[in-house]
Amino acid sequence: MTAAGFAALWSHWRRNPLQLFTLVAGLALATALWSGVQAINAEARASYDAAADTLGEGRFDHLLPRVGETVAQSRYIDLRLAGWQVSPVVEGRLFLEDRSVRVLGLDPLTTPGGLSPVQMEAGDGLAGFVQDGQLFADAETAAIIDGQVPFAVVTDPTVAPGVVVADIGVAQRLLDLDGRVSRMIIAPDQPLGVAPLDTLAPDMTRRPAQEVSDVSRLTDSFHLNLTAFGFLSFAVGIFIVHGAIGLAFEQRRSMVRTLRALGMPLRRLVWMMIVELVVLAVLAGTLGVVLGYLIAALLLPDVAATLRGLYGADVAGSIRLRPAWWASGYAIAILGTGVAAVGALWQIARMPLLASARPRAWVMASGRGAWRLGVAAVALLLAAAGLAVAGRGLTAGFALLACLLTGAALALPLILRGVLGLAERRATSATAQWFWADTRQQLPSLTLALMALLLAIAANVGVSTMVSSFRLTFIGFLDQRLAPELFVNVDTVADSARLEAFLESRAREVLPVNSVETRIAGLPTELFGARVGPTYRENWQFLAADGDVWTRVAQGEAVIINEQLARRASLWTGQVVAVGPGLEVPIAGIVADYGNPIGQAVVSEAVFAQLFPDQIATRFGLRSDDPANLRGALIDDFGLPEGNIVNQAQIKAFSLDVFERTFTVTGALNVLTLAVAGFAILMSLLTLAALRVPQLAPVWALGLTRAALGRLELLRAISLAVLTTVLAVPLGLALAWVLLAVVNVEAFGWELPMFFFPLDYARLAVFALIAAAIAALWPALRLARTPPGDLLKVFANER
Amino acid sequence: MLLDVKNLTKSYPGADGPVPVLQGVDMTLDAGETLALTGESGSGKSTLLHLVGGLDAADGGSIRFDGREVTDLDDQGRADLRRRDVGVIFQQFNLIPSLDVAANIAFQARLAGAVDLARMGDLAEALGLAPHLKKYPENLSGGQQQRVAIARTLMARPKLVLADEPTGNLDEATAGEVLAQMLDLVHQTGAALMVVTHSASVAARMGRQLHLSRGRLA
Repeated sequence: MTAAGFAALWSHWRRNPLQLFTLVAGLALATALWSGVQAINAEARASYDAAADTLGEGRFDHLLPRVGETVAQSRYIDLRLAGWQVSPVVEGRLFLEDRSVRVLGLDPLTTPGGLSPVQMEAGDGLAGFVQDGQLFADAETAAIIDGQVPFAVVTDPTVAPGVVVADIGVAQRLLDLDGRVSRMIIAPDQPLGVAPLDTLAPDMTRRPAQEVSDVSRLTDSFHLNLTAFGFLSFAVGIFIVHGAIGLAFEQRRSMVRTLRALGMPLRRLVWMMIVELVVLAVLAGTLGVVLGYLIAALLLPDVAATLRGLYGADVAGSIRLRPAWWASGYAIAILGTGVAAVGALWQIARMPLLASARPRAWVMASGRGAWRLGVAAVALLLAAAGLAVAGRGLTAGFALLACLLTGAALALPLILRGVLGLAERRATSATAQWFWADTRQQLPSLTLALMALLLAIAANVGVSTMVSSFRLTFIGFLDQRLAPELFVNVDTVADSARLEAFLESRAREVLPVNSVETRIAGLPTELFGARVGPTYRENWQFLAADGDVWTRVAQGEAVIINEQLARRASLWTGQVVAVGPGLEVPIAGIVADYGNPIGQAVVSEAVFAQLFPDQIATRFGLRSDDPANLRGALIDDFGLPEGNIVNQAQIKAFSLDVFERTFTVTGALNVLTLAVAGFAILMSLLTLAALRVPQLAPVWALGLTRAALGRLELLRAISLAVLTTVLAVPLGLALAWVLLAVVNVEAFGWELPMFFFPLDYARLAVFALIAAAIAALWPALRLARTPPGDLLKVFANER
Repeated sequence: MLLDVKNLTKSYPGADGPVPVLQGVDMTLDAGETLALTGESGSGKSTLLHLVGGLDAADGGSIRFDGREVTDLDDQGRADLRRRDVGVIFQQFNLIPSLDVAANIAFQARLAGAVDLARMGDLAEALGLAPHLKKYPENLSGGQQQRVAIARTLMARPKLVLADEPTGNLDEATAGEVLAQMLDLVHQTGAALMVVTHSASVAARMGRQLHLSRGRLA
């Protein structure tokens, strides 16, 4: 009985291959976009974990230089002699032509237990590491450095991506840091009675394990954004699946009645349908996971570049197949199918045996449920409004996005129904009246595809508005901050003084770039000492200012902080903060600081020198009316190597490049989401095409040509796409506002001004209409070419 | 003479080659005349009706309608013919579900640019549809739906009404009532009527009967 039942159920798909294709393709696409994003996130997190394991971050306290990036190795020796169980670390970037790797030098003999630099299963073990100067790196990184350095490279998959692990002596040679260490790892167990660190190493500061820079935590927001886009794409795909399953189940109602009438128990029938769906979900899930792998492999290099540019986090540039990821891909495919099918299964399970076998005007039934959708839409939009006013935190921000998008999607059919009804009432010709009335009747069948289109266009408008607003703001911000025509650096403090003297008569203004890492209001902050002058006064713009900011800063009476620090520490202008030992000053200004993950504060050069007398600037921004001439003088007369001079345009170009790569992934997901929506429309129209013949044949018989009907079908798809696009633009702008004013503030700590880009929206609308027209063209052509014989079958009584 | 059909042939593709449905049919019909076309299933009755009504194209032969050669018409020409000169009533009513009764009745006349609201009122009254004008087809009984289809056809004032088993989906009492109303209204308009039917009683009420067998007139 079961086999016969399955044969009957399967016969539906055999007779409707397009419907089967729609279901499998929709689910595969949904799974692909979701699992692709998950693959990227999994790879990045694995890289963070590998880095944390290699570096011992989060497990051990670290001792860092209070000023600068390194301390003398003698400091390490002093601490060991005093009894402190510390282990030296040297780290830095090694630049190799167009690539760079992070070199990490460790002393394996003193690293705390459990922190092994590498597993050393390959190579010559500890002896090779220490005595022969072998370098350890994963395959990708090993390929970069192999042959570029005078040491043997051993491939070891346990090393974090982008990192080369070496003995400390080798690392010092590679990084040109002989006699210097970057930091020290403090073992958890220390002998009793050792002298305090403050006394032995006053130029170093101890950071507890949990406060060491946590790349994983820092990048959470970025991954959350990716996950949100993955979920949006998944939701769009599930719309397709829901439509395909709903239609298939509707068309099988007569079969279900017959099977039950022939003795098939309802419970078994429902179970068979569940099994059938699970089989299809596994099939589509397999396709989806493979597609997702390809998408992830294509996008990961850009994501890796973004994470390196934005957060300094190294992520492997290639995807590895992880069983957990495969499993999650199948799980989401089955879950998505379940969500899409639960309503249809419920209806079948409740259908009386003697219910009408005529396909229950699916369209009409959908229409009758419209009021329920309306109530849900209003409730969700009200919830979105409530969250916009009272919500706090990133979760509330994403909940707001979910309520807004879902509410708008559910409201779409009601709004379209109203507009089409109005058009029908205003129509003057018979054809126009029929066209609008018929469009309104087709609406429920096309609703899911139109919802997908609405979400895809809104996401495109929202994200492009956010990115373009960000770009405009960021370019303006770069102009403010990168006012100096040249940036130079010298190697020693002595050179610094000599350079200042050299530039006195040659540069219009010399701006030292001098900073230390410190803590303000308990948060890690980079404190700068600024030489207040015309450049700062004319270029820096404040989000909030209290009085004559620069004069107050120059007089040592105030501090400027960035927006991130202000928001995270709940500080604003007028409040007093401690910027150093014994120095508490009010905040005079808040500045935007896009792209910087940590806090920043600016005091005057004099105050900075008073707080950190040993910290001498070795980098300078130079203002000049003739930068080319100044550059020549620096090279020829001062003897500065060419590589120590960077011009403003180079830095701007680099910054903009990082910016563009940051949004490459979201841009790609946007395009994919729009493509999925276009596919949804195509599949809906193709599925409907066969059902439309009985509806169109009478109109043809009454005197409209097939070509005219084909044109009207095309016009119908375009009209619906136009209406949907018109509704999607304001929804997209609302989405942009949420992203700019809520999600960005919570995720990155900065609020961005919102700009409007009407030309971009017009271009997007044209793309959407072209996509809808292309999707509708095939079904319309099929209709226009339908042989009269096929149309006549509708009227045939004897066939 | 309104209609003059000569040596009409038509075949449909089959698994083993073309299957002939009409094999040289000759017939005529005058204005105002009523004709029943009878025959066994598959004899070609509906096909003949479709060819005369410009719903399909013949393989060979001639159909002269009101002085014009129908077989020479292209897709657009046949659409014009259906819209202005011929009205077709189907067994399954084939109303437009998205339009209400009034809009359905007026539809073909509006397509032909000949809408007459007074006539719609008269037809609705005569066919007992006046209380149902704002309803949608799904809310009507089978008999009411066929009355709407008749009204739709007659509203456009066609010269020829073609009816394919017009009462085939109705019970006997309703069928008799609908047929009487249709004949009465067709007589009033002076249109010719050609009815395809299996029913001897329906055929008996027509002025003339033709019997088709295996694609030929008996």
